[in-house]
Amino acid sequence: MKATLIKAMAILTLVLAVSTAAALLIGSQKIDFARLLSDPFSRTLFFRLRLPRVLMGLTIGASLAVTGATLQALFRNPLADPYTLGISGGGALGASVAIALGWGARVAGVPLVFLASFAGAILAASLVIAIARTGAVVLPGALLLSGVVVNLVSLAAVMTIEYVAAPNNSLEILRWIVGSLDVIGIAPVGYMLVLLVPSWLALLALSRQLNLLAIDEDTAATLGVNVRRVETVVHTLCSLVVGVTVAMGGSIGFVGLIVPHAVRLMFGEDLRVVLPGSLLLGAAFLVLADALGRSVLPSGELPVGAITGLLGGPAFLWLLRRRRQYAAM
Amino acid sequence: MPSSSLLEARRLDFSYPDGAHAIRGISLSIPPATLTAVIGSNGSGKSTFIRLLAGLLRPAAGEILLDNKPLEAWPPRLRAREIAYMPQATMTVFPFRAIDVVLSGRTPHAPRFGFENERDHAIAIEALEAAGASHLAQRQVTALSGGEKQMVILARALAQQPRVLLLDEPAAALDLKHRAELMRTLAHLRDTRGLGVVMVTHDLQLTGCIFDRMVALRCGELAEQGRPEEILQSALLAQIYDDPKVRTARIGDQTMVWIDK
Repeated sequence: MKATLIKAMAILTLVLAVSTAAALLIGSQKIDFARLLSDPFSRTLFFRLRLPRVLMGLTIGASLAVTGATLQALFRNPLADPYTLGISGGGALGASVAIALGWGARVAGVPLVFLASFAGAILAASLVIAIARTGAVVLPGALLLSGVVVNLVSLAAVMTIEYVAAPNNSLEILRWIVGSLDVIGIAPVGYMLVLLVPSWLALLALSRQLNLLAIDEDTAATLGVNVRRVETVVHTLCSLVVGVTVAMGGSIGFVGLIVPHAVRLMFGEDLRVVLPGSLLLGAAFLVLADALGRSVLPSGELPVGAITGLLGGPAFLWLLRRRRQYAAM
Repeated sequence: MPSSSLLEARRLDFSYPDGAHAIRGISLSIPPATLTAVIGSNGSGKSTFIRLLAGLLRPAAGEILLDNKPLEAWPPRLRAREIAYMPQATMTVFPFRAIDVVLSGRTPHAPRFGFENERDHAIAIEALEAAGASHLAQRQVTALSGGEKQMVILARALAQQPRVLLLDEPAAALDLKHRAELMRTLAHLRDTRGLGVVMVTHDLQLTGCIFDRMVALRCGELAEQGRPEEILQSALLAQIYDDPKVRTARIGDQTMVWIDK
């Protein structure tokens, strides 16, 4: 298994490097890389727009994919991800409430928007789990259904808030609902990473326990996993990670669903490989999807969420069809 | 003798919030190197009792001692080296390979953040052989039949190398041959490693004679315990299963159990 991990890390790091390079090169505006430092236009375009956007894509892609893989293992539900469990929607709602109220402030250096988004995400997650739980069992079908409904309601609420707050700015609404990686300057990515990197590491540290939970909850407990504690930590960390990413990029769908499945297909089921693998492939996938969105139209660009939705929706249906036991849930 | 018991339940009380499958005042001592069967009708509290012993449920009153030390005082990881539990069924939806599932049974013995080593692999393969499931090693568990899955889960429990093995109706999905193999494996581990086994079973006929001891539960209480030939008596079984037509007969050292027309 150690050999599989090393192989997976090597291959996926290469994929990530190539994707990042491609995403930096591709864009609607051509950048003259030979004169990157001497030409002010190229320099601004690259360092203020293109590079931050790619970094944002890497950060958000990695976050969504690793939370998707974690949630799938925790709930033993291959169709779980931040989007299908309503966590993204809840986060988007929290963030848009904060922005509509003009909360530009920071608490202990953390932008209030992040806190509001985290609060929205954790509320949505708790609500969905509470609805799906009967006794000690979380019903897989009820989990997904309530998650999707919470997501829809949250996004409808976001739309309402945005419409009231800025009736003319339909682009801003679209950003929340579909998700986009637009960003100016590198500072916002820095704030995100301060919160995200420790959370990623904490999730990776749980990969062995998640592996046991992915097989079976009862035997995980008798193999030494403190199931309730892992659940609490995972809910909190996933809500934090998703909240922060949604506050910056909006509600980008399906990354957390398709990326972990791709890693599993390539390298097997062991979460000790799937979690770090999802982190790398998620980053690569989202910057590529964004590069596609930036270059597919002759003028203008598609938001990255439209690309992930167009790819991820059919992938969801394919998974449902391919594995009959998923459909039985 | 308290000192000779590996696992000991003292006056256990438990009830679910809805009041079902309650346990009342059960005391039981599990010595090393014994096979104990827990029998009783559906809803008599057998699974609840074994889940209490496994530490999956917390008793409302009473205590469980492992090596004379309360179960909850054991760090989970150390406890997992002593007690293994095999549920009635597992619901794995991810296509893990059987060998990887068995290897995960080594978790309590492996370093916290490391991978399993060569020795763990060897133990996992040995456990698969002992469970009669070597041929399934590379198969995906989601593609296995119910009985095959149970064999893999048994192998995983064996790979834990516990001193106490708790089994909740392990044989329900097994055919005749694999039931017999399971019992032989358990008897072998009892004799060679001093394994203490507690097994919930409905199968009085085939497996009855192999157990050293039987414990009969009725309505959440311990109705009777003793050697199989003492428990497998018409009057007692009729009372435990609430059916006056249960009949038993001794043939050699075996007990036949059937229901009269």
